[in-house]
Formats: sequence, C-alpha cells, structure tokens
Amino acid sequence: MKKFLCLFCLLLLLSACAHKANETLFYQLGGREGLSKIVTSFITNIGKDKQILPYFFDAKISRFRNQIYDHLCDITDGPCHYNGDSMIDIHTGMNINESDFNRLVDLLYKSMDEQHIPHPIQNKLIGRLAPLRSTIIYI
Amino acid sequence: MLKLLTTFFLFFSTQLFAAEGKLIATPGVSQVEGSAGGGLVPWAQLAGYASQDEYAVNLFCSQGSVDDFRLRSCGAQLNLFDRVEFSLAEQTFRVNALDTEIKQQILGVKTRLYGDLVYSKWPMLSVGMQYKDLKDDTIAKALGADDNSGVDWYIATSKLHLGAIAGYNWFWNITARYTDANELGLLGFGGPNQDNYFMFEASTAILLSRELAFGIEYRQKPNNLGLDEDSWSDVFVAWLPNKSVSVTMAWLDLGKIAGAPDQDGLYLSLSGYF
Ligand code: HEM
Repeated sequence: MKKFLCLFCLLLLLSACAHKANETLFYQLGGREGLSKIVTSFITNIGKDKQILPYFFDAKISRFRNQIYDHLCDITDGPCHYNGDSMIDIHTGMNINESDFNRLVDLLYKSMDEQHIPHPIQNKLIGRLAPLRSTIIYI
Repeated sequence: MLKLLTTFFLFFSTQLFAAEGKLIATPGVSQVEGSAGGGLVPWAQLAGYASQDEYAVNLFCSQGSVDDFRLRSCGAQLNLFDRVEFSLAEQTFRVNALDTEIKQQILGVKTRLYGDLVYSKWPMLSVGMQYKDLKDDTIAKALGADDNSGVDWYIATSKLHLGAIAGYNWFWNITARYTDANELGLLGFGGPNQDNYFMFEASTAILLSRELAFGIEYRQKPNNLGLDEDSWSDVFVAWLPNKSVSVTMAWLDLGKIAGAPDQDGLYLSLSGYF
C-alpha cells in the first residue's frame, strides 16, 4: 500500500509542477480573442447537436453570443460585467434536464479542445459553471 | 484476451441506444463483486451513464492473477434512474496449489441516498448490500468457516472535485463495510477468530484527461479464519474512451491469501455500457 501511495503522491507533485502562475482564468483561456473563439466553436457545436439544438430554435444567436461571452468573461474574472437576466429567469420553463446540462458541458469541453485550451484550464472553467446547475435544470 | 477485447469494442461501439446522461468517466468502473466502483472497492456512484431520467445496463468481466491464485468475475448491472443499482456477478477463483476452482455468486443492490458526484455541495452518499452465495464450500469448511453464504452491508461516499489538483479533476471515495466474508466469501463466512465486522475501504484518483484516470485503492479485510488475511491494495489506470466501454488495468498487492504470502499480480477489467 505504501509504495502505491508514494507513486500517487509523486504524480500529484508532477502535475502540480506544471501549474501556471496566478493569472486570471480569463487570461488563461486566451483573453478576449481566445474566449471569443471558444464561444464561436461552442455555438457551432450547439448548432450541430441533435439533443441541444431544439432548445435554441427561437433564440437570437447574435444576442446569445454576446450574452454568453459576457457571462463567461465575468465568471472567469475578465474585464466584463454580465448584466443580463439571472440564470433562473433565463432558463425557467425550458425543461432542461440533467442529461442536457451534461451534454452542454461535453460541448463546451469539445469547443475548448478545438481551441487547444489545456485540460487543467478547461476543468477550471467547468468548475466555475458547475455550481449554477441547480439554477438551470428542472426549473 | 486480445480477441475478447476487440469483440467487446466492436459490440459496444456499434450499439444503437445508450444512456449517456452522465459526464464521461464519472460512473467509475466495476469492482470484483459486481457493484459500480473501482476494482476492489464499491463506490457511491451507481453503475452506467443513466441520468435521473434514464436507465442503463452494463456488462463487465474482470480477471486478477496473482502468484498462486486467479480470480475471474463477470456480471451485469442495471441502473434505474440513477437511484437504484442491481448487480449480479459470478466469481471463479482458481487455487493453483490444489488445481481446483471455487465459484461464488453475488447479488448486489445499491441505492443513492444523496447527491451527485460532480455537482452537489456535499459528497454523494449511497448504501448497498451484497448477498454472497458460495457454490463450492469444501475448502471454506476445511479452513473452519462457519457459513457458505453471507451478506455484506456498506455505506459509501464519494466526490469529484473539478480542477482541484493543479487543474486536474480529483476523485475520492470512502466506504465502510460490515462483513464476515473471508477473502470476499471465497473462503466462506465467519470463523473461529471472528472479532471485527467493520472494514474500511478507500480509493482516490486523478483524471489526467477526460478519459484517463490514475488511482489507488485500499481495502481492509477481516481475519476470521486466523490465517493473517491481509488488507488489499492496488494502483490502477482506467481508460474510458467513450460512454460505451471502459478498460481498467491494475497492479494488485493482496498480501497473504490462505497462508500463501506476497500475492501480487496484474488485474484487467472491461465494462460495456448500454
Ligand atoms: C452553466 C450553464 C449555463 C449557463 C452559464 C448559461 C447561460 C446563458 C446565458 C448567459 C444566456 C443568454 C441569455 C440572454 O440572451 O439574455 C443563455 C441563454 C440560453 N440558454 Fe443557457 N446557460 C447554461 C446552460 C444551459 C443549458 C444546459 C441549456 C439547454 C440545454 C441552455 C439553454 C439556453 C437557451 C435555449 C438560451 C437562449 C434563450 C433565448 O435567447 O431565447 N442553457 N444561457
């Protein structure tokens, strides 16, 4: 058991060494340009997704694009202030379920992959969004 | 083995329906007694990718070969709405020294009491039981075991912390088990030395990518037969390339089994998810 524990801790240390300095998550995602590209990929991926697309049939994409950019920029400590409606107000009545939420998380991971965002930084963005789940699904 | 692997992949990659409501890798894999878990420890997660609106059916086969023994375990799980998990497993335990095989069947039920591995504020919490029926009890009786069937009860709690360790997702699980099974039950239940029923088990892993987990496990065991039954541990790599299959490889350190010391060896496990 001890040797397994040592091995595990060694790996933790190694991964911790790869850690970046404490710059904002917004900056780690590539700043304005980086985040903008992620949002573009994200919208493209939503557009191709059978499960998620139906929710967006009535949405105005240009508005969604701006609002979701502002929201992501704000939540990653970027130089923006999201002043749109609350998550509850936006998503109430859409009947979004657990599986839809995870599907959208999948698409966001995929979009960040496409923009070559390192995996640890991807996890941090998902980590900021995860607490919002209860204000979005089954409401 | 390679052929089995290929067949497995082809079969599960071409299926039409699959529950896909959970995030990839979050259900874990299948442990040796058939419950969703790591390799040795049952985890709080329920088997398969079913969300609370879906059901899932999974199949698995695992094999662990140590110096003097080999354990094969194959079975199936049914996950209903991510609330209840039923599992069936058949274990075949080969004792090289006696050139014989011992079979055991295990029926498991687990229910999720609280939470979600990723999203809930507090760790996920489940309770479960495993009813074990030893089919060949000659060796168990010879070693002094009291029974050829028994029930394990356990409570498990687990959590995945997003980006917790230098940005990598970190998983842990702790399980407390009430049991009188000797070597999982393969050597019967109870015995002359019985004094402790509560066992501690734990696993932890870091997810190097969405599909690849690296971790360790520990499982305490009772010593009812007075044969210095050891705790088990392993280090594992699990690869979950999509929501249809998973492959787990581990190095086992099982200590002393039925008097034979230093039982180390390789573990390989496949799961397929509908
Ligand atoms: C943490 C996850 C989520 C965040 C942060 C989020 C955020 C937002 C934001 C900022 C908007 C723009 C609101 C506006 O136009 O004023 C929006 C709109 C929308 N969201 Fe979400 N959302 C999330 C999850 C989901 C999920 C899981 C679905 C469904 C599968 C969904 C479906 C929609 C739809 C359909 C709109 C467009 C509404 C419209 O313009 O008519 N969202 N969301």
